[in-house]
Amino acid sequence: MDVPVIFEKSVPGRRGIRLPAADVPEVPLEEVLGRDFVRTSKLNLPEVSEMDAVRHYTRLSTLNYGLDTGFYPLGSCTMKYNPKVNEAIAALPGFADIHPLQPDSTVQGMLQVMKELEDALAEISGMDAVTLQPAAGAHGELTGILIIRAYLLAQGQHRTTVLVPDSAHGTNPATAAMAGFQVKIVPSNNRGDVDVDKLRQMVNEETAGLMLTNPNTLGLFEEDILEIADIVHKAGGLLYYDGANANAIMGKVRPGDMGFDVVHLNLHKTFSTPHGGGGPGSGPVGVKSRLEPFLPVPRIAGSPDHYQWNYDRPQSIGKVRSFYGNPGVLVRAYAYLKSHGSAGLKEVSETAVLNANYLLHLLKDIYETPFDRPVKHEFVLSLKDQKKRGAKALDVAKRLIDYGVYPPTVYFPLVVEEAMMVEPTETESKETLDMFAQAMREINGEIDAAPDVLHEAPHHTVVGRLDETLAARHPVLTYFQEGSRAQTGQEGNI
Amino acid sequence: MRYIPHTDADRQAMLEALNIDSVDALFSDIPEAARLHRPLRLFEPLSEMELQQQFFRLAAKNLSVDQAVSFLGGGFYDRFIPAAIAQLVERGEFLTAYTPYQPELSQGTLAAIFEFQTMIAGLSGMYAAQASMYDGASAVGEAAFLALAHTRRPVIVMSSTLLPDSQQVVRTYVSARHGEVLTVSSVQELEQVLASRPVAGVIWQYPDVWGHVQSLPRAVELAHQYGALAVVSSDPVALALLRPPGEFGADVVVGEGQPLGNHLNYGGPAFGYFAVTEALVRKMPGRLVGQTLDHQGRRGFVLTLQAREQHIRREKATSNICSNHSLNALQATIYMALLGPAGLREVASLSVNKAHYLARRLEEAGLSRMGSEEPFLYEFAVKVPGSVAQLNQHLLSKGILGGYDMGRWSDQWEGYWQLAVTEKRTKGEMDMLVNEVKRWMSR
Amino acid sequence: MNIPEGLKYTRDHEWMDSKGTVGVTDYAQEALGDVVFVELPAVGRILKSGEAFGVVESVKSVSDLYSPADGVVTAVNDALVGNPELINQDPYEQGWIIRMETTGATEELLDSTAYQHQIEGE
Repeated sequence: MDVPVIFEKSVPGRRGIRLPAADVPEVPLEEVLGRDFVRTSKLNLPEVSEMDAVRHYTRLSTLNYGLDTGFYPLGSCTMKYNPKVNEAIAALPGFADIHPLQPDSTVQGMLQVMKELEDALAEISGMDAVTLQPAAGAHGELTGILIIRAYLLAQGQHRTTVLVPDSAHGTNPATAAMAGFQVKIVPSNNRGDVDVDKLRQMVNEETAGLMLTNPNTLGLFEEDILEIADIVHKAGGLLYYDGANANAIMGKVRPGDMGFDVVHLNLHKTFSTPHGGGGPGSGPVGVKSRLEPFLPVPRIAGSPDHYQWNYDRPQSIGKVRSFYGNPGVLVRAYAYLKSHGSAGLKEVSETAVLNANYLLHLLKDIYETPFDRPVKHEFVLSLKDQKKRGAKALDVAKRLIDYGVYPPTVYFPLVVEEAMMVEPTETESKETLDMFAQAMREINGEIDAAPDVLHEAPHHTVVGRLDETLAARHPVLTYFQEGSRAQTGQEGNI
Repeated sequence: MRYIPHTDADRQAMLEALNIDSVDALFSDIPEAARLHRPLRLFEPLSEMELQQQFFRLAAKNLSVDQAVSFLGGGFYDRFIPAAIAQLVERGEFLTAYTPYQPELSQGTLAAIFEFQTMIAGLSGMYAAQASMYDGASAVGEAAFLALAHTRRPVIVMSSTLLPDSQQVVRTYVSARHGEVLTVSSVQELEQVLASRPVAGVIWQYPDVWGHVQSLPRAVELAHQYGALAVVSSDPVALALLRPPGEFGADVVVGEGQPLGNHLNYGGPAFGYFAVTEALVRKMPGRLVGQTLDHQGRRGFVLTLQAREQHIRREKATSNICSNHSLNALQATIYMALLGPAGLREVASLSVNKAHYLARRLEEAGLSRMGSEEPFLYEFAVKVPGSVAQLNQHLLSKGILGGYDMGRWSDQWEGYWQLAVTEKRTKGEMDMLVNEVKRWMSR
Repeated sequence: MNIPEGLKYTRDHEWMDSKGTVGVTDYAQEALGDVVFVELPAVGRILKSGEAFGVVESVKSVSDLYSPADGVVTAVNDALVGNPELINQDPYEQGWIIRMETTGATEELLDSTAYQHQIEGE
């Protein structure tokens, strides 16, 4: 059965939502706009009843797997439980139904939430000032790198290069390039850390900064972080912290105390806001005080008696998006912080790390770990041996679906062959971790006993493995395009 | 802690399995000098009950558009949102899923994005659309990037009547690429600039910040005449009635998606949309969903053309965007499905009827509309005799969120008052507004 | 692994014949996997030896194409636009990518034996 599409349920003339009749005289559109500006082409939207739409999207939801469905150990993504109370809070009309251009006096509750969240994130990250404007992690990276550039330029320094470790998330080099820098790749050493000697050789008067995730994408804490910071700073560069892995460190160590100058945090990871099938997220950026003048406009000013937006920031990098960020996400994150407090956040990180080490312990006799060290909140396995025996990381991942688990991240980080990256998070119970380990053990056994079961997995999903080559060679990107089902005349399902 | 399931016994068993006494042993690789040796200076944790109470109080400090009568616009509009949308998008399978990297477990999100792409491409009159951007302004910024990269030219020209936040984002983004941004206030000026230097892209808004539309065809034509890409930013609801930018030859159409079934959320999250011609599909930023088949010939959907993206192309990617605003795009998709073509046209034309009523009444009261000979839809600006801020203050005391004081955007726009009228405004509310304006003027 | 004898090879896994035809090797197409898209240069474009002139994409990877010599592009294989799979099916004949008239310095090119040694070392 095909995966359904709403357009196939369309019946000409059928209606869902209707609007009230006009209570003012109607205005003839052609008269108002002039012929040239009136739309004459069809609006290709589906014509369905409300119930048709409700059933269709309910059906689609059942073809998805969310954190609410089951275990989601997706490395680097911190798929922790998204508390329901935070959804209820964010939906309050006092937060959801306020317009961004309202006078400051009418949004004091929201400004208070945002200001207190800024302060809390500054404390957690060890920074002096925070902007909430960036909409996502990568957007925070862009903001942070532009701040570094503006700061250096204000010092009269035209530095052209940003250093990025070979284990970094793809967003790091993409960001640096987007911000107009050349990217140089720093190799890892045989412990999975940044190769400090190589780094020392690579920094020079062109170095604007180093972007680093710590713990890094292998789940390992960069033990030489203080030395790394020193090397970069002595060369005149700044240190950027990619907060994708901050779930490992809250209340234990702060980027600001490790020597980082700029930080972004992913509220949709560490601070539990739901990922929504790809977003929205939020990527606040924290900086040390010398970089504060360069933060995006506007900034929250004033005091608890009366907060207001301040646009008078002559050194600011400007705006990176409209208005003030994603306040709807910020409210959820602040509710999460409020329900944890300082002791709670520390326990979150300690438990996330305990869970990851426990799960790694259950797996490491059968799955190779490229670096035999305590990990932080996630770990990376190499399925080289399994590949030799006939099952790639992808096959194991797909087979996990049959065991009711969302597969871990595979083939990242790039520095590990046949990588599988597992992040259990602190909200998973010991039983869930034991269940996952058991599934991984059984699958490992199946490689020799019944390899085809893996190669053909998953077996119980709405569709099997999909032909990505076909999709990319002859892209069909809309329903009415040539090559889509609508055009080939083949029937959809009912 | 509330969301951590471990009992003391669980914790003990796990520590024993690891052969350690305390979880501190797992943090021993953090250099002593960097460690935090004190508790974070935050607050005491709240129970769910206390949390709700505290946030109810905070929310009550804000004046929502449900309590007031709002005439604010500028990209975000107080539109009617059908109840079914929230019920559907809050389903955990949508809400708590990650990016659809495992297609077999993500067909719901993927099929919905495919529908979204189809709807947006259709509305804007373009070949294809991608899966969503953060917002309208960053979509405009990314369109400027696309133009710079595609043409290998260094200059972006934008209309001075582009939404001010979009203008600011374009400046921030283009300066990152060491490009130059010029602002023009007419098509005549545009032609002069195009003739004087190599321009990568021309960015126009349709309808613009005054609500005007008429300059678009000439701007697109000029852009093409000089080898630049034509980028158009449009309110998607307006495109239910307006000839879409694609039919005027736009290369890229972007915009703020909030009006399509998304809450105001004090400016976010909503989403941006991004649509292009066939020639530019592989230059698009962000995720794209395509149709394909499984080995049994069943239709399904996958993320496709991923080689454009940061996780594969890294420093050569078209953009660094990773997380987008998928759930907000889903909201828009369900909104468009519930309304259908007739419903969306009703939303827009009701707004037009009402806005024209209000504009006429304000003109009768002596407030002239900016560009009174230019057509407009449901957003317009009038010149206020006196201080717009004081007028708005008066209105607020009567429970009205008046139009936006455009002087706050630019000194040149001092005294102009931007009003948006949606299908939610009634004749009674508009009459009240006009009466209060008159009262204020005769103070 | 097919490594025809009459061709010259680059360290980036491209081949060039005596007429200036350039493509990617059998080893390269195998490593890339199913090719889904080829970005071709404009005819007449002047290339420096080692300059990136195009891109070959598979579903999950992407490789730049580098010019093996100084020269000018005299023809491109338009068939690849609709049928990028030709690179997988027939990398040395129907899957050719550009033809160029070389005007000067070439990269250090390998003969088939040397290229064979290189890929054995990888």
